[in-house]
Amino acid sequence: MAELPVRLTVNGETVERTAEPRMTLADFLRERCGLTGTHLGCEHGACGACTLLVDGAAVRSCLMFAVQADGLDVTTVEGIAAPDGTLSRVQAAMRDCHGLQCGFCTPGFVMSITALLRDNPKPTDEEIREGLSGNFCRCTGYQGIIAAVHRAAETVEKA
Amino acid sequence: MTETATAPPTPTRYTGSRVPRVEDGRLLTGHGTFVDDIQRPGMLHACFVRSPFARALINEIDASAALALPGVRAVFTAADLNPDVHEQWYSSYGPNVPDTPRPPLAVDEVRFVGDPVALVIAENRYIAEDAIELVEVDYEPLTAIADYRDAQTSDILVHPKFPNNVAGSLAGPPPEVVEGAFASAAHIADETFYQQAYAPVPMETRGIVVEWAADNGDVTIWTATQTPHEVRAFGARLLGLEPERVRVLMRDTGGGFGQKVVPMREDMCIMLASRKVPAALKWIEDRRENLMAAGQARHEHGRARMAFAADGTILAAGIEHAQDIGAYPTPWPVGAAAAVGLLFPGPYKVPLATWSTTSVFSNTAGRHAYRGPWQFESVARELLLDIAARDLGLDPVELRRRNMLSRDELPYPNPAGMPPYDHSSPLETFELALRMLDYDAFRAEQAAARAAGRYLGVGTCTYIEPTATGQPYYACEGAVIRIDPSGQVTVIVNGGSAGNSLETTVIQLTADALGVSLDSVDTIQNDTSETPFGAGTAGSRSGSATAGAVAETASVLRAKLAELASARLGVAPQDIVVADGQASVPGTSLAMTYAQIAELAGPGGVEASAEHTAKAPMLWSNATHVCTCEVDVVTGKVTLLRYIVGEDVGPMINPNVVEGQIAGGTVQGIGGALLEHMVYDEDGNPLASTFVDYLLPTTTEVPHIEYGHMEMPAPGPGGHKGAGEGGAIGAPPAVINAVADALSPFGVKITNLPASPAALVALLTEAGH
Repeated sequence: MAELPVRLTVNGETVERTAEPRMTLADFLRERCGLTGTHLGCEHGACGACTLLVDGAAVRSCLMFAVQADGLDVTTVEGIAAPDGTLSRVQAAMRDCHGLQCGFCTPGFVMSITALLRDNPKPTDEEIREGLSGNFCRCTGYQGIIAAVHRAAETVEKA
Repeated sequence: MTETATAPPTPTRYTGSRVPRVEDGRLLTGHGTFVDDIQRPGMLHACFVRSPFARALINEIDASAALALPGVRAVFTAADLNPDVHEQWYSSYGPNVPDTPRPPLAVDEVRFVGDPVALVIAENRYIAEDAIELVEVDYEPLTAIADYRDAQTSDILVHPKFPNNVAGSLAGPPPEVVEGAFASAAHIADETFYQQAYAPVPMETRGIVVEWAADNGDVTIWTATQTPHEVRAFGARLLGLEPERVRVLMRDTGGGFGQKVVPMREDMCIMLASRKVPAALKWIEDRRENLMAAGQARHEHGRARMAFAADGTILAAGIEHAQDIGAYPTPWPVGAAAAVGLLFPGPYKVPLATWSTTSVFSNTAGRHAYRGPWQFESVARELLLDIAARDLGLDPVELRRRNMLSRDELPYPNPAGMPPYDHSSPLETFELALRMLDYDAFRAEQAAARAAGRYLGVGTCTYIEPTATGQPYYACEGAVIRIDPSGQVTVIVNGGSAGNSLETTVIQLTADALGVSLDSVDTIQNDTSETPFGAGTAGSRSGSATAGAVAETASVLRAKLAELASARLGVAPQDIVVADGQASVPGTSLAMTYAQIAELAGPGGVEASAEHTAKAPMLWSNATHVCTCEVDVVTGKVTLLRYIVGEDVGPMINPNVVEGQIAGGTVQGIGGALLEHMVYDEDGNPLASTFVDYLLPTTTEVPHIEYGHMEMPAPGPGGHKGAGEGGAIGAPPAVINAVADALSPFGVKITNLPASPAALVALLTEAGH
């Protein structure tokens, strides 16, 4: 199948590659950009593992074609920590609250929580649970993840 | 209580504390290495052609159209791959069990929807998926056995060599043993419970990359596994190679929970096909395949009986159990089922017991291991106890108090044929969890709610489980510890972590055993060319096993350090104390740091290795789960209110890790009680092969989980007991009992799982609500 040019911004860098029109954004990032932090847990838009930010909006990258991201600004989990490696507040809170175990769903949660707290810096427990109900985790029982969102929100408040 | 002889020489600093995980940095920033992240030069991609029928003859396979598609490199069928199998058996069972069939690809007949029929190899995954649609398979559909409960009386045989579709039966003490007790009982509880099929469903599906080196015949395997060394041993046997020719690597595995404990048919296919293609071969399962073909668990039923004296004392117990093993179970399923019968008496004073179990084939996905594989013993026992209590007019808590074992009554014989229960605290965790709830206050709240037309319930489950078995294969765990001249310590173990934090665990243990700081210890795991043998993540063994391996290896290393320092310091080794990062002579100023000793040893530093072998037949962990809920009697929706786990896994290495294991297992159990159902229609078609149909618990369904810890040490390394599986055992009975308690005013009895809204509404309707 013929490939089309795709030009987009990924984690602040301009990226120019080609992709078949049917190639998902997730596969494009993993296979054409070497960014394997975005994980695929279901490839049908249910589990949220492949969540990333497209022009700031949390998006499931298994449901979007790479060509649809042409000209847009994409942030993946690799672009969340500071350039010197310092973890973001969300990442640090996930570590401090045992919010991850196998780590496979973790990039999707980091992205979803980052978007959630940006839009709602002081969420209630119910808002956190509602906001993350589209991300599946099979290891943690969500206990540490929910605690981490509370922790990250408190950290934001203090900062 | 017998403590291990290999306790660290200095007070522990890290063991028992909530140290942050060393795994987290890479996993939080997208720099983990899961199997799908592996890229190899010229790598090819595999995709399976799978049966759309539950049972059918394969008349012909025509791959010509697929092979004509640009980018397709090969299509293999059973005739290509299956004859290359040298030996096919799992180390934990050995080659001599009466194993069930397990061909790599289906031969002549397909036996479940999803049965792999052919393997397409292409330049990328997209083309491989296109090509499977072009492989023409001429099937002749046959009537299938969709429900194992029909299988023993069916004319249809899933496998011709197994009459009545029975793979095997096992039994404990015969029914006559309990007949007298049942005949004289004041009350008998007798119910048949049915549990639906559900599965581990790790967020990372299965996957494997195999690269065969044509020049020397070596095979390198990257895979998602709980047991790298078993993948190596199995792969070597399968391919007819010496184990040294097979190297298995895994860095991160995205959850396993039993599904990744041994290689399965698809893994065999990729290993076999790798020798027929010129580059590395990758297979990554998609979610539909995972829910359709990776396997099922939990699907079983049992007639459970208990005889009671008038005061509620249990006189005898029995269970007749049968389980669905699907078409191709992995591994041999018959032996493992014995644990259902052996553990059915549970942590109660039950003097007499009888049991039997039968493993039955059906035309569905094969049964495989899942976290607490025997948990039906707790489902059947704890649901039966609540039903019995209601019939006896006793509070279920009171009935349990009259029968439950307390710490000071141990050891206590298990009447079903297991070694005696020991070093645990069932009644103590029960009372702890009830105190945390304030049981009496909840009963008052429940009464007030009922008066207001709201239906609250409370349920409990108390179980005892064997962990860290001394069974020969699983008893073994090796370790190597090296100190470089820089002073940096490296601990090398098999690992097999699939989220269970084994890197952090062994670093904590090693830092304590040598008296050094956490950040001066690194670990290498999960590369069989570098790591000593270890049996991997299975049977809640990793904590205890790695603690033993680290303790014994550190002990050898300390002796070596003393020996080396002795020559330089001019004193006898026995006068030297090795601790806190140095070798010193008490009462003098003589001392050498580990770095100095390692430098003395040479540029490679100093290294020791040892193997731990578990000596106890098992270490008993136990817990009580207490759950409260509200049931909407119009919609059948269950809302969990409080969830409390009082548990005893002995001294915890890292409470964060233990609580994480409890929570994860508990939520899987909640899913099994209320949501998850791997359902088939009457023709054997799977109806839950996406996450739209197979319902996993999410943040909106799970309660906040409260933990109460007790620490009765076991006679194993550090006193640590296993913590990996219990949550998944305790949760389903506690949740179902809470729902049944909520609905008790309606006279509703729950004997079928899951307690889905539709099932509850049907029960309420039947009860005349």
